[in-house]
Amino acid sequence: MKILVCISKSPDTTSKISFTENSTKFDENGVQYIVNPYDEWYALVRALEIKEANGGNVTIISVGSAGDEAVIRKALAIGADDAVRIDADPTDAYFAAMQIAEYAKTNGFDLVLTGKETINYNGSQVGGMIAEALDQPFVSVATKMDVNGTTLTLEREINGGIEVVEVNTPAVVSCAKGMAEQRIPNMRGIMAARTKPLQVVAAVAVDQMTTYVNYTMPNAKSACKMIDPSNMDQLVELLHNEAKVI
Amino acid sequence: MSVLVYINSKNGLHKSAFETVTYGKKLGDVTVITTGSLSADQLSTLGNYGASKVLVDRSVEGDDDQQLTRIIASAADACSAITIIFSHDLVAKAVAPRLSVRLKAGLISGAINVPSADGTVPVNVFSGKAFGHVKVNASRTIISLLPNSIQPQENGSACSVEDFNGNAGSAGVRVISTKKPEGEIPLPEAELVVSAGRGLKGPENWGLVEDLAAALGAATACSRPVADIGWRPHHEHVGQTGVAIRPNLYIAAGISGAIQHLAGVNGSKVIVVINTDSEAPFFKAADYGVIGDAFEVLPRLTEAVKKFRSSGH
Ligand SMILES: Cc1cc2nc3c(=O)[nH]c(=O)nc-3n(C[C@H](O)[C@H](O)[C@H](O)COP(=O)(O)OP(=O)(O)OC[C@H]3O[C@@H](n4cnc5c(N)ncnc54)[C@H](O)[C@@H]3O)c2cc1C
Repeated sequence: MKILVCISKSPDTTSKISFTENSTKFDENGVQYIVNPYDEWYALVRALEIKEANGGNVTIISVGSAGDEAVIRKALAIGADDAVRIDADPTDAYFAAMQIAEYAKTNGFDLVLTGKETINYNGSQVGGMIAEALDQPFVSVATKMDVNGTTLTLEREINGGIEVVEVNTPAVVSCAKGMAEQRIPNMRGIMAARTKPLQVVAAVAVDQMTTYVNYTMPNAKSACKMIDPSNMDQLVELLHNEAKVI
Repeated sequence: MSVLVYINSKNGLHKSAFETVTYGKKLGDVTVITTGSLSADQLSTLGNYGASKVLVDRSVEGDDDQQLTRIIASAADACSAITIIFSHDLVAKAVAPRLSVRLKAGLISGAINVPSADGTVPVNVFSGKAFGHVKVNASRTIISLLPNSIQPQENGSACSVEDFNGNAGSAGVRVISTKKPEGEIPLPEAELVVSAGRGLKGPENWGLVEDLAAALGAATACSRPVADIGWRPHHEHVGQTGVAIRPNLYIAAGISGAIQHLAGVNGSKVIVVINTDSEAPFFKAADYGVIGDAFEVLPRLTEAVKKFRSSGH
């Protein structure tokens, strides 16, 4: 089975979020980039498990500039045979998805995996867009996936529950918690990652459909009101009369 | 402007449906598209929130994202919709991206309000740590609205309901079975949420959390380690790598308030924190704080809520 795993970089979860250039750009100063957790913990690890059980090939793909190769190497350290970097700044999800779809079309994969969303833009957009561009079925927010020949059996979250579904390959799946367990790369993996093939592919022309014009921060909270732990009637009264939430 | 609102009516009409119709009405003339078997009488109530017309394709239940994409695209063409609105739920996460490719429309997901005067739409970014203001460069726009972001408004009367053939085509996904916890309130839609963390010491103590949730009519949630150890199901895990929620009230007991946890809950309107440690970082993000032992405070709060509810509230 030939599997393509889409990875994106995202700021380390403890990063301080701030903006520069008149609040139009994310301030990367001092920010450490990691592999987006959903892509790494679930999509990539499950792909590796499937390969370990059934054979095949796992390719990592990312749309980004040369500076993003460090993050791609981090993903290679966990596993995967090779990686592809589409050489472009991923201006929006549509742009990134169309680049990946183009690569997938020419190279033919049985399975394309993404994380359920990135933790910076939280769009949940890329997987569905790739699926539509490839005219393939898409299972989003899958929490379990088993492969049996050309049939995938998956569990996916639906509004207020879980559904067991089947699709035929080729297909696109977005992966969430439950799918696999995080793997910590070992020294051998890190060494091997340095020499694994990382192919750079030129981007195709794609319209940018959306623009992040600027960013704002939430209003700071006013000071927390302390309530005596023995007086929960007072808390209820405040939630009703002051906060008006019950 | 013609606005198309997709509504998932599979399990009846929920608040998120009224929110999206209300949102659409603020932008223009609303046509609703839905699938499945809900009666015309029930669907016509969407008119109360401002829909002019409901189109329903009864040929499918609406489980397959390729079929839904074709149906919604047909409806968008039939009513020449410039803007298409979804509730940012699990169906939208599958269908809206497909539709944006099919219609060559710009997709704005996770909107938290109507467009501003400059035409940008505010969305949650960095898991709720900031807001982005997004502009679309295409001739059509798709917006998926985070649940609990706007208040439904009733300002109309029942509308017409028409059968619609959206040429669904074949399904790519075969549904084998469904597991649905009975009677639970889906977390992303819940207005009130009671959540607990490692401070509760073990799964056997979650009765305290469930009792308070039952008294309030709230959904339950938890911190990540609690779901990781298996004390609670994964779908209750809130935070940066779990579900992001924006309820009216979030009560957190025995949760320290790590940055990754806060990211998923700081869109809540009011936060109550119960923690033994007065230095817990969560107090900085809280509106009301109780420094105390959750094992004593939770039952006391539950009693106080019961008393309040039984006095007619
Ligand atoms: C990449 C990454 C992503 C992450 N994503 C998430 C996420 O999405 N969601 C998330 O929640 N976490 C996430 N985390 C984990 C996060 O950093 C914290 O470790 C986690 O939130 C802590 O959970 P907790 O507050 O339940 O436990 P602890 O940090 O152990 O806190 C327990 C709290 O309970 C209090 N306590 C103890 N006993 C009592 C008592 N009897 N009564 C009242 N209070 C008591 C303690 O004072 C303490 O404050 C992530 C971490 C990483 C690295």
